[in-house]
Amino acid sequence: MKLARAIYAALIIFFLVAPLLVILPLAFTSSAFLTYPIPSFSLRWFEELVVRSVWSRAILNSLIIAGSTTVLATALGTLAALGLRSLGLGLRGQIQTLFLLPMVVPAVVLGVGMQAIFVRVGINSTYFSVIAAHTVIAIPFVLISVSGALAGIDPRVERAAESLGASPPRVFALVTLPLAMPGVLSGAALAFATSLDEVVLTLFVAGPNQRTLARQMFSSLRENISPAIASAAFIIIVGTVLVAAALLLLRRKRA
Amino acid sequence: MNAGSPPATAQGTRTQCTGGLVADDFISFSKVTKDFGSLRVVEDLELDIAQGEFVSLLGPSGSGKTTLLMMLAGFETVTGGEIRLDGQRINDLPTYKRDMGVVFQNYALFPHMTAAKNVAFPLEMRGTPRAEVADRVARALEMVKLGPFAGRLPIQLSGGQQQRVALARALVFEPRVVLMDEPLGALDKQLREQMQLDIRELHHRLGLTIIFVTHDQDEALTMSDRIAVFNQGQIQQCAPPRHVYDSPANRFVAEFIGETNLLAGKVRAIDGRAITFALPDGSICRARGVPGLAPGAEALLSLRPERIGIGAADAAIDGPNIARGEIADIIYQGDHLRVVIDSSVGRLVAQLGRKDAEWTPGAKVAVSFDEADGWVIAP
Repeated sequence: MKLARAIYAALIIFFLVAPLLVILPLAFTSSAFLTYPIPSFSLRWFEELVVRSVWSRAILNSLIIAGSTTVLATALGTLAALGLRSLGLGLRGQIQTLFLLPMVVPAVVLGVGMQAIFVRVGINSTYFSVIAAHTVIAIPFVLISVSGALAGIDPRVERAAESLGASPPRVFALVTLPLAMPGVLSGAALAFATSLDEVVLTLFVAGPNQRTLARQMFSSLRENISPAIASAAFIIIVGTVLVAAALLLLRRKRA
Repeated sequence: MNAGSPPATAQGTRTQCTGGLVADDFISFSKVTKDFGSLRVVEDLELDIAQGEFVSLLGPSGSGKTTLLMMLAGFETVTGGEIRLDGQRINDLPTYKRDMGVVFQNYALFPHMTAAKNVAFPLEMRGTPRAEVADRVARALEMVKLGPFAGRLPIQLSGGQQQRVALARALVFEPRVVLMDEPLGALDKQLREQMQLDIRELHHRLGLTIIFVTHDQDEALTMSDRIAVFNQGQIQQCAPPRHVYDSPANRFVAEFIGETNLLAGKVRAIDGRAITFALPDGSICRARGVPGLAPGAEALLSLRPERIGIGAADAAIDGPNIARGEIADIIYQGDHLRVVIDSSVGRLVAQLGRKDAEWTPGAKVAVSFDEADGWVIAP
């Protein structure tokens, strides 16, 4: 029984990470094609990412857009979570559902709508439009994460702080926010990952100058299947893992 | 801290709950009402509390006692009436300006701060200089015997230790009033009794004004200068512990505080403090009672179990305050015996010392009580 369970678990894990196992080694191929077997180990595709301006530009764009999205979505999502918390139970559920809608609505639908609005206002194909679009779909992740953290705070602790002489802004800064911080940080990480990964919306609202890494990978897959894609994927994965590790470390330090 | 003994009025002579704005009314509730939607949880409540006094708000859950405390702390708004602190109306004063130390049942310590940081919090909010903060925090933790635990986080402390940190935190800034909302409810019996004595001692030593909410009558009797007994949003009686126990104002108080035997009957005559009371079996007894009873009125005689004496049925002389009966059951309770007697006036529960252990169920007995130990109340 124990063995069966272990095998089952191993299979599930394999199912989850198999695509990564397939693609990651190809980042280090010396061949010009995205195929096995790998003739020899080489960093030439990483070099290509840095040297070829389409790729380096895409990486820079992704960092700018994901960074801005993270800041915006974290701020807005946290405020939304705080606002929802102070609402009565009935209204809270309804408004929360509204906030989570971007998670459920197909990205294509959102993309069409956003493009229509942005074009009319005349700001489509700008950094702003891409960041705004990414923020919309990142907010739900922050909201869920921060709401969870806030739900774990005993309101009596905040009352105690107030009775001890802390004005409401100080209660927030010294008690509520520090206690919700783990949720805010995981929300920020999720927002960053969401933006980094997002393709569909980007296709609608970004112009040639806002080509992100994900978008670039997507289009280069159609044009020529170069192992540079694998290298880019490698960078994204390593970046994500680093962010997650930093978060874990931060959390452990707090606990 | 505020040294010196509390004013004389706090020592337990006051029986009045209200008295208008007398000089020693440090905290006063007048006609205070609280509604939650259509539900009225506190109604037209009057209560005055003197500086240095320890007042317990005692009652079953839902009786409005905690709501009253929450209004005093500023956590709940006041629907009607007025709360004054030191002459100043505080209905609309925000909590953080009220200068009251609050101790909660679940401690409500800041989980992300050490014990010392928790205690320092109210001082830092008041801009106390850093060196003085350290000094006062150390002294406060010493006072609750937690000096060595200053650097621990709340989760690294036991329940009793956490509550002592909460206590130090509520006292360190020398608040005008200390409010305690069932602070010992989560502790085990032994620790609770120890903390009761500790808080009582701090109250005397520091001259604190303490409002203490509890549903535990022993706790209220142990600690208070006065007990305000709550039921259904109103104060039933507000008096020193001895008074509340010996001279309950009504049936609710008599039954809620301690145990009692209630015998229905009629007031026959009133002569000064002495009341002549007729029991349904025709026997007459003499007792004391609440003011305002009239001859001929239906009433209840309250008899505390420990005030009932038992003697052999044939040895007893006839007279008032004596009934005959048979022992139905004897229950051993360690430090005392509970004796259930089926008597001519109804079933009575008496509490006897261990020396009376010679009684056995079925024995014919005479039960008696002192005139001063019977208490007549309105039905």
